[in-house]
Amino acid sequence: MKERISVIEGSMAVAEAIRACNPGVISAYPISPQTHIVEYISDFVADGTYKGRFVRVDSEFSAASAVHGASAGGARAYTASSSQGLLLMCEVLYNSASTRLPIVYTGVNRTISAPISIQPDHQDTMALRDTGMIQIHVESLQEAYDAHIQAFRIAEDEDVLLPVMICMDGWTLTHAFEPVKRFSDKDVKEFVGEYKPVQFLNPKNPITYGAFADEDKLMEFKYLMVQAHEKAKEKIVEVASEYKEKFGHYDGGLIDEYRTEDAEIIVLAMGSVVSTVRAAVDELRESGKKVGLVKIRSFRPFPKEAIIKACKNAKLLAVIDKSLSLDVGGILVSDVKTTFYNEDKKPLIASFIAGIGGKEINRKVVKDIVADAEEIAQKGKVEKDSIFVNLNTQFI
Amino acid sequence: MKEIRIHGRGGQGSVVMAEMLAIAAFEAGKYPQAFPYLGGGGERRGAPVQAFARISDKAITLKEKIQNPDFVIVQDTSIMDIVDVFQGIKPGGTIIINSNKDKDEYKVDREDIKIYTVDANKIAIETIGKPIMNTTLLGAFAKITGQISLEALKNTIEERFDGKIAQKNIEAARKAFELVRGDN
Repeated sequence: MKERISVIEGSMAVAEAIRACNPGVISAYPISPQTHIVEYISDFVADGTYKGRFVRVDSEFSAASAVHGASAGGARAYTASSSQGLLLMCEVLYNSASTRLPIVYTGVNRTISAPISIQPDHQDTMALRDTGMIQIHVESLQEAYDAHIQAFRIAEDEDVLLPVMICMDGWTLTHAFEPVKRFSDKDVKEFVGEYKPVQFLNPKNPITYGAFADEDKLMEFKYLMVQAHEKAKEKIVEVASEYKEKFGHYDGGLIDEYRTEDAEIIVLAMGSVVSTVRAAVDELRESGKKVGLVKIRSFRPFPKEAIIKACKNAKLLAVIDKSLSLDVGGILVSDVKTTFYNEDKKPLIASFIAGIGGKEINRKVVKDIVADAEEIAQKGKVEKDSIFVNLNTQFI
Repeated sequence: MKEIRIHGRGGQGSVVMAEMLAIAAFEAGKYPQAFPYLGGGGERRGAPVQAFARISDKAITLKEKIQNPDFVIVQDTSIMDIVDVFQGIKPGGTIIINSNKDKDEYKVDREDIKIYTVDANKIAIETIGKPIMNTTLLGAFAKITGQISLEALKNTIEERFDGKIAQKNIEAARKAFELVRGDN
């Protein structure tokens, strides 16, 4: 296996992964912090290393539509966007998912206006939560590279056939430089395989996609998507194992557990903050605290069974949310609460809203969260629906 | 692990400086990381920018901003009126300022901080022909900190830029390596 490690930008890691997977059609409209990914792909078009069709468009709506059409026509397709751009795609994304088109997207996480900001949080991809697409959050540049390659395999699996969005925090991951291990385009192509659509729009054999359904079958379409999500849970794990077999390291699966075996408090989080939580857990463990971490990698499908298995013996789960459903609270924590509601044995679940609009979550912030969590665990009762971490009271 | 914070204005190449620092450190067998912070509306020429780099003997997983840098590099002294560039520097830490003034012109109420100055504007304009000082300041950084070698910096510049431009940047870095002055 030919591999090389060098220091590259997160956006380049994604662009190289996409080039190797060789989509027939890529279409995108620039928006920070997604821009570098598409710029690098444009370079590949210019130097001839990407030979597919790059479609320039006038908006994210058009970009999502172009890849929808390309995928329906039987091509492997890819696009990327951020923030308002993802919102503008939203209508098309419901269509693409329900049409069961295996398109791969990068959702470069950035907060939503207003006020305008380019800093990362998870509100944008959360707004796409119910489109039907698979959403996988990554924490490092290496994982971003690995996850994009695996994404095509998951999306195109005949039992799944759903779009996959790889969610990665803008700036923190897209604009960071780190050593990233990559494999030859040839080996990656071999792993991903040639795309053979189950069916596609073809004038010689006319069919129609997503045209019309009455009340006798619309819900049935949605039910089939629910089943596809169940299948995707197996597939996500399976593809990661195959990836390990071929390339030598495991970067995948539904969740990742860290020091959870005897943990009384488990922090649950998604995205780049997971790396910082892991470092904080190490430091807290050194001072004798029984703290663990569960990284939620796959947000949709939501890995209920894996979360229950990993967390059922903890006293308290401290869930970090970088997005908000107003008046209800964190979106991730709501799913975690739902997961445990009908279980006989369930830990206390506390919600920490943090990192909104890019507000810094460093090790100290994580330790403060754990300290609050310990206090709640001691009381044995969660009194506040949500704890907003480091609110700047000057503005309230 | 050593942590570096770079202050500049949008368009001065602070982000590229952090990138080159990481690549040069990797060449020397270290684990590096570099990342920008484009606050205050970011991505505008002239706006205050921070870029960060970490250099370690072990793989770096942290994704938090750098609070207590070992080294600080200031590309543009006009920024010192609006940003506290001395903020959080580790005890015994070092700051390198792009300035034609002597280090004593810069006052800080901490005696442990080592201050160096180098007239990177002059070197860059004379050598490269443009006031882009990032490679020049990296030459000074290499000399003062020993965290990257001049050789690794040369190779990094050659990888990043084409022929003649690369050679001019290498020359500028070399000059700064020789001319930087301060707490020796």
